[in-house]
Amino acid sequence: MDGNTAAAHIAYRVNEVCAIFPITPSSTMAELADAWAGEGIKNIWGQVPVVQQMQSEGGAAGALHGALQSGALATTFTASQGFLLMLPNMYKIAGELTACVFHVAARAVATQALSIFGDHSDVMSARMTGFAMLAASSVQEAHDLALVAQAATLESRVPIIFFFDGFRTSHEENTTTLIPDEQIRAMIDDELVQAHRARALSPEHPVVRGTAHNPDTFFQAREAANPFYAKVPGIVQKAMDRLGALTGRKYQLFRYAGDSQAERVVVAIGSAVEVLDETAAWLSANAGEKVGVLQVALYRPWDGEAFLAAMPKSVKAIAVLDRTKEVGAPGEPLYVDVLSTYARAVAAGKLTVLPTIIGGRYGLSSKDFDPSMAKAVFDELKAREPKHGFTVGITDDISNTSLPVDRGFDIETADTVRALFYGLGADGTVGANKNSTKILASEPGRYAQGYFVYDSKKSGSYTISHLRFGPKPIHAPYLLKSASFVGVHKFDYLFMIVMLGAAAQGATLLLNSPFGPDEVWNELPIEVQKQIIVKRLKLHVIDASKVALSLGLGSRTNTILQTCFFALSGVMPRDEAIASIKKATEKTYARKGKDVVKKNFDAIDAALTNLFEVKVPAAASGSRVQLKLVPDSAPPFVRNVTSVMLALQGDDLPVSALPVDGTYPTATTQYEKRNIAEEVPVWDPDLCIQCGQCAVVCPHSVIRAKYYHEERLAGAPADFQAAAINARGYPESRYTLQVYVEDCTGCGVCVENCPARSSADSSVRAINMKPRLEHLEAGRRNIEFFEKLPWADRTQVNFANVRGAQFLQPLFEFSGACAGCGEAPYLKMLSQLFGDRLQIANATGCSSIYGANLPTTPWAKNPDGRGPAWSNSLFEDNAEFGLGYRLAIDKQTEFAHALALKLAPQIGEDLVRALLGAPQVTESDFRIQRERVAALKEKLASLSGEECANLRSLADFFVQRSVWLVGGDGWAYDIGYGGLDHVLASGRNVNVLVLDTEVYSNTGGQASKATPLGASAKFAAAGKRVPRKDLALMAIAYGNVYVAQISMGANSEQALIAMREAEAHAGPSLILAYSQCIAHGIDMRYGMKQAARATASGYWPLFRFDPAMRQRGMNPFRLDSPRPRIPLEDYRGNEVRFKSLTQTRPDDARHMLAQAQLELEEKYRLYEDLAARDGSRFHPHWEEA
Amino acid sequence: MSNLASRYLGLDLAHPIIASASPLTATLDGMRRLEDAQAAAVVVASLYEEQIRAEDTNYAMHTEYTAGCHPEAATYFPELPDYRDGVSGHLETVRRAVEALDIPVIASLNGISDDGWLDFAVQLEQAGAAALELNLYLLPHDLAESGRDMEQRYLAIVRDVKARVSIPVSVKIPPSFSALGNFVTQLQSMGADGVVLFNRFFRPDLNLQTLSVKGDVTLSSRADIHSPLTWIALLSRRLRLSLAAGTGVESHVEVVKYLLAGADVVATTSALLRHGPEYMKALVHGLQRWLTENAFASVADIRGRLDATHVDRADSFLRTQYVYTLSDYTLHHPPAVTGERLLARQ
Repeated sequence: MDGNTAAAHIAYRVNEVCAIFPITPSSTMAELADAWAGEGIKNIWGQVPVVQQMQSEGGAAGALHGALQSGALATTFTASQGFLLMLPNMYKIAGELTACVFHVAARAVATQALSIFGDHSDVMSARMTGFAMLAASSVQEAHDLALVAQAATLESRVPIIFFFDGFRTSHEENTTTLIPDEQIRAMIDDELVQAHRARALSPEHPVVRGTAHNPDTFFQAREAANPFYAKVPGIVQKAMDRLGALTGRKYQLFRYAGDSQAERVVVAIGSAVEVLDETAAWLSANAGEKVGVLQVALYRPWDGEAFLAAMPKSVKAIAVLDRTKEVGAPGEPLYVDVLSTYARAVAAGKLTVLPTIIGGRYGLSSKDFDPSMAKAVFDELKAREPKHGFTVGITDDISNTSLPVDRGFDIETADTVRALFYGLGADGTVGANKNSTKILASEPGRYAQGYFVYDSKKSGSYTISHLRFGPKPIHAPYLLKSASFVGVHKFDYLFMIVMLGAAAQGATLLLNSPFGPDEVWNELPIEVQKQIIVKRLKLHVIDASKVALSLGLGSRTNTILQTCFFALSGVMPRDEAIASIKKATEKTYARKGKDVVKKNFDAIDAALTNLFEVKVPAAASGSRVQLKLVPDSAPPFVRNVTSVMLALQGDDLPVSALPVDGTYPTATTQYEKRNIAEEVPVWDPDLCIQCGQCAVVCPHSVIRAKYYHEERLAGAPADFQAAAINARGYPESRYTLQVYVEDCTGCGVCVENCPARSSADSSVRAINMKPRLEHLEAGRRNIEFFEKLPWADRTQVNFANVRGAQFLQPLFEFSGACAGCGEAPYLKMLSQLFGDRLQIANATGCSSIYGANLPTTPWAKNPDGRGPAWSNSLFEDNAEFGLGYRLAIDKQTEFAHALALKLAPQIGEDLVRALLGAPQVTESDFRIQRERVAALKEKLASLSGEECANLRSLADFFVQRSVWLVGGDGWAYDIGYGGLDHVLASGRNVNVLVLDTEVYSNTGGQASKATPLGASAKFAAAGKRVPRKDLALMAIAYGNVYVAQISMGANSEQALIAMREAEAHAGPSLILAYSQCIAHGIDMRYGMKQAARATASGYWPLFRFDPAMRQRGMNPFRLDSPRPRIPLEDYRGNEVRFKSLTQTRPDDARHMLAQAQLELEEKYRLYEDLAARDGSRFHPHWEEA
Repeated sequence: MSNLASRYLGLDLAHPIIASASPLTATLDGMRRLEDAQAAAVVVASLYEEQIRAEDTNYAMHTEYTAGCHPEAATYFPELPDYRDGVSGHLETVRRAVEALDIPVIASLNGISDDGWLDFAVQLEQAGAAALELNLYLLPHDLAESGRDMEQRYLAIVRDVKARVSIPVSVKIPPSFSALGNFVTQLQSMGADGVVLFNRFFRPDLNLQTLSVKGDVTLSSRADIHSPLTWIALLSRRLRLSLAAGTGVESHVEVVKYLLAGADVVATTSALLRHGPEYMKALVHGLQRWLTENAFASVADIRGRLDATHVDRADSFLRTQYVYTLSDYTLHHPPAVTGERLLARQ
């Protein structure tokens, strides 16, 4: 199991209330607690704990605080930013000496960038809260010490942050021994539970808690709790000892391992301890070095005496490793504690000599920490003047903090078998490898570890699985450096990434190859051939993709390749392995149907018959070479930095290569040609009616339309396609629809949205999916030519309809969003309409990840170099963040106006008058205004003085900016709702676009308040029991907010109109955009059709509320979609989120469907009522009131 | 009060009206409502092997294929430990209905594979079904397959299922057999305990706007009664197996007609879907009222009273009477005045 499961297993059993909110990497703990409660699994008191999802971590902490004050045993699971939202309550909980444990999968806190990965910067921010802090270094410890934490908090009354490393421990699969429930029971003293309960609030014996103090008493009261803290270390050690007696696994507050006469010792917290342990043991055994490691388990309260007692007296030099950074401090937190402990001991005469003590940083954001780095730290301690404030694991060529590391240092023993798998996200490699770790560790005396690395893309992503297994427990929390088995599950990877670097001499290489054993060699890049020869790799091939397809498994090659792995690696006798895989397959899929099991059984059998060994020639040959990841024409940053990240060599980038403040260039996805689609759309100009419906729904902006004078076709490639434009009055104009084949994800949404069909064969449309490889070369040539064609003159484009808008350049392109993503088309439309003056505040979530996760970024620029400026602050504050944009823009515009008026005599009265007074509505207006601004700048260049300089720096504000606040429903309906509401009420000119997937998509499909009644989602597995919040009506209630509900699939034109009206509205605007999502359980190819069904059923009516209409005395509410035409069931029946409930709870499902249908009908009546009123029956416009 | 007691597939029923397989009998709740509305028995919604297999694959695809792709989301759907594949869910519904209902629960099965027919039949029996209805509908789209071949496939399924289960088995068939009477006789010889006349076909239509095939489902009406009524009358008392009539019941009138023709039970769907499950009560009361008003002491008194075994009635059901029927029709319905005649008058 993984660390999250290990910790949650305990947390669930020893608590009564879990207040939860999803955040990576802790979400799994909350999901498990919720799922277990749903299953009716009981805690050690025979009760099913209450699991309550909250709107934010702040809310979870509040609910938790209340539950504790009311006597329950309560917990939560969190990390990073979410953890920070809990801090205010944590001070209170600790100040009130309230027993509880917070379970934290420790993660980086966003600074210059967000990171979902692990370090201790979150938990270290809580040192002042008064919580104790207990840390685990492995999956087993995440299990064991969670119980120690609970026992200790009950006895001490001091609440505890129990943490382990996000991802490295939380997501590592490792063989774990579970504590039986009776032993858990034995660890928890019911008298302490009753005492906790007795301290709770009760009208039967009332007290008041949470008083306000004056200067006379606050200080003393703050000190009154000291004795409780003094007892904590002893209590924790006692609990550790009790656990040791019960389970045989011994723990200490500070655990020393190594030479008893060690002279050099490294101190650390978390998973690094295991790396250090292994390294120290190797250095002792192989180099005779006197080294050791001191693990800090209980970090707060800090027990200096216990620390000194654990440290060998022989120590001369100590390195303290912190997995966090405290800028400007004399050292990181643990270092300062160690140093002060020694200083005090020396000052008090308890020690005569102060050892050399240095501190350093490692492993931020899950940067791998391996034995070579551990050795570098031990080696540094040998130096006469070892470096303090060092870093290890990076190359710091700016501040020169980094220690030199011998990357070739490898201490893994031969009895651990290591295997590395490069998979494609959707092929199931990760699932299969998790399964393999279970199979490999299924017998006593066998141990297995699995750790999985992903890229940040949501479509066509790669996965790298690191597997270890052997006869001894595996304590190696770092990535594989060498492997005796390498599986490459996507052939194309060989051309893009160096994959065989970790292949050991004589290792087995398994390729999922479209080429058979006789052809494959010549299809390999020559660089790969050379490595195979030099390393004497044993090469095997199987066309797993073809086998999977023939068995009806789609892209799911997992079972086939897993079988090959077992067959080739020899980790188990082949027959035993096959039997085990089948057993595991049956266990995994039995609930999902006989057919599914059978298909996988067939796959196992087919794997062996389709697996071939390849005879490796003595010399490399052939013409194929690895691809350049970015073109030579790319900007220097992309060539020098981005390309290194793309090659998975980002760890090698030095500090100097990276921006100092998190500022990155936009428009870089264009250089990353991912080539992930098997099939791409191909245009048929003869059938095409040039409606733009394919381009408008394309989530990745890979379908683009241009019209141009026919003369421009001179020099076009022979297969470049063009058609006469079918608009009257342009006989010499040509139209081209260009598909960017290398950037397409192959979702097929465009094809399904194409209204033009062949009269000869209705399955043929004006755009049809064809194999990418057949169109790749021509596609490249044609795109190159197409790029040289000019974009349409924006002043000539009809913005009012989709047909016109297709000619606007998308400034959001080739993102990493899912194939068929329902959100991305809205962002693309936004960028087309307002891109050159667009400033976006993006809430954390899917759109911030595919919008700005390195290596490449999809927000782009037009030929003038203008384009959306984008930033992400947090999940919860996006509305406020965006409002801040507006305030700053308004203020600076006002200042610019004032300066211009003042400087008018110098600048020119006419120019100033025009600059200040010209309308900015149409594209022509904007073009002329930009010309005026250019003229202003030119004029100012010849003028001097402070005010002229100021106006120069403010001149761009004369062009109106379009401020958009973008985010998902998790932000708008839940965590950010308070802020959103306030911003809407501010009256300021901001536009809010809610990409409403009705679920927390980015963290894996947890329910939000936008989740519909009767949908099954995480945290609402049995079906959501209340309808979704009607955010639109709530905003309409203000009267002055422009509100629209849109759906690209139902009516893209209405969406276009709504966006333009929202932007034109001088006050706040809110647009709710239906966004189909993989979390709905639909075939995304038909996502737009499904969205249309949502509207046809009346579930997602389209409407616009425009206060400007009210100002003109008209009804501001317009219902844009017709009355429900299909029953709700016809819409819901296509989605797993609804359908699964009909299997698990058929009666409930029917009941909720009936309720939802009634709710829909009533809601629709309400909208109809609104639409039928006359204008006087609405809230008067605020300006009239 | 007349005695309504009936017997079908060896099962004793309070009266001869049962609810046939439909969306109403897909859930326990629906079946409970039918029992409350006095249904004599329920036939659980058919277990469609093809649909269940497709749904299983669909669920597995959407839950599995999205998993393990991104570091922030190991999966996108909640673990549903009580999720069962479609078959298990269906069996559970049958099991719960058998437990909860006092009336007989008859399972219905529509298979596509040999394994499907046999395995699911056994599992339905194990779930406690009182009897099994095989919903046989094989479309002879293979031009090389003869009518005889087709019949053999039907018969083999019945034979094999009968060999595997011990509960009574009825066979619901389409009307499209060259010699339906002979075929039903063969079904009987394969061990069928009853026959249900008839199942209704999926009715494809063409959409002229999209140039595509569209599906259509229509409820039956009393206009559809004639074919099953004829065959019930022709088969009544000539075979051992039970006869269920199952098309076109709009009111108790059709129930009475089917009973007069010789049906052991009358199964209805359309009327219940049209008016709700509570309409079952109206049908039962209607039958009771008709018997009382016409002074019949029991259903047995009318069952088969107008079937073909009564020599003087036999001809009424034969096609040779078609000509006379038509002439009768013209007598009662004089031809309308046509344009041609109008022209002639001028």
